[in-house]
Amino acid sequence: MNNTYLVLSILLIAAVTAALRFIPFLVFSKGKQTPKSIVYLGKFLPYSIMAMLVVYCLKSVSLLTYPFGLPELIGVTVVVVLHVLKRNTLISIAGGTVCYMLLIQLVL
Amino acid sequence: MKSLVKTVFIKTLPVMTGYIVLGIGFGILFHSKGFGLIPSVLMATLVYAGSMQYVAINLISGGASLITTAFTTLLVNARHIFYGISMLEKYKGTGAKKPYLIFSLTDETYSLLCGEDYPENVDSGKYQFMVSLFNHCYWITGCALGSIIGSAIPFNTAGIDFCMTALFITIFVEQWLSVKRHLPAIIGLVSAVVCLMLFGADAFLIPTMVLISVLLILFRKRIGGDKNE
Repeated sequence: MNNTYLVLSILLIAAVTAALRFIPFLVFSKGKQTPKSIVYLGKFLPYSIMAMLVVYCLKSVSLLTYPFGLPELIGVTVVVVLHVLKRNTLISIAGGTVCYMLLIQLVL
Repeated sequence: MKSLVKTVFIKTLPVMTGYIVLGIGFGILFHSKGFGLIPSVLMATLVYAGSMQYVAINLISGGASLITTAFTTLLVNARHIFYGISMLEKYKGTGAKKPYLIFSLTDETYSLLCGEDYPENVDSGKYQFMVSLFNHCYWITGCALGSIIGSAIPFNTAGIDFCMTALFITIFVEQWLSVKRHLPAIIGLVSAVVCLMLFGADAFLIPTMVLISVLLILFRKRIGGDKNE
């Protein structure tokens, strides 16, 4: 393991990641009009992607083995209920997280 | 200016908690493989991609070839293309801040900036820049802390990473309550669950995003590209 390999690897990962982030902005540059279908996707993707990110966070939960995803289910429910009632992001997140931590550390 | 800092700080508080915790996790893990503070901070600053950094620990400590590393990065981070598409309009006219805004567009920054809930009477580019910068700083701090303190954390933090899940859920609920048409949200949920079952936990993000895009376009008439308020 040498430093050149380490630095090269980090720079490479950084370059590929940045390239992926820049691609849409370079392809649909300001000179040309962005295609309507892309603008449409851009507008509605956030609603779909947020659902995907929630699933992504819960992807490793096992429903078939103990504790059957119960801590996650309860945590998610607490967040949703708190948020519908209070509409305060910090309260929802703190409430759900504390509840989840207590469940996995002390109960289940 | 002072009130903008405060607004941004409160807005990014959940991300701060999540990033510090996940960053510490990264720092500890990277440290355990024999890499110190400098590589950890370098990675946090230049790569700035949570899940990819965790994958990178395995790649680098296992001595993966540069080609393998490049391809793995491509697969793990390809979802960022979709974030970019989604932010094309929002990042228009941000001038000199734009390259940094694009560079620092992580899942969490995207989740905070993709909506319509920007503070009033504030230049949106300035707001976007501050949110992006604050998040970036939290991440670097977390990765540095983890590298320094190793595994000597005085209390049981198991489960604290749930705050990131909770953040995404609150944004999802907030979006759900603020629009009349829920088809895009339902499309996202169904696509993600179906692809998770078909492709497994490690490979379902890209198929999900492709499926979401296809379905959004198929249902374009019903969703109505004009108004969703």
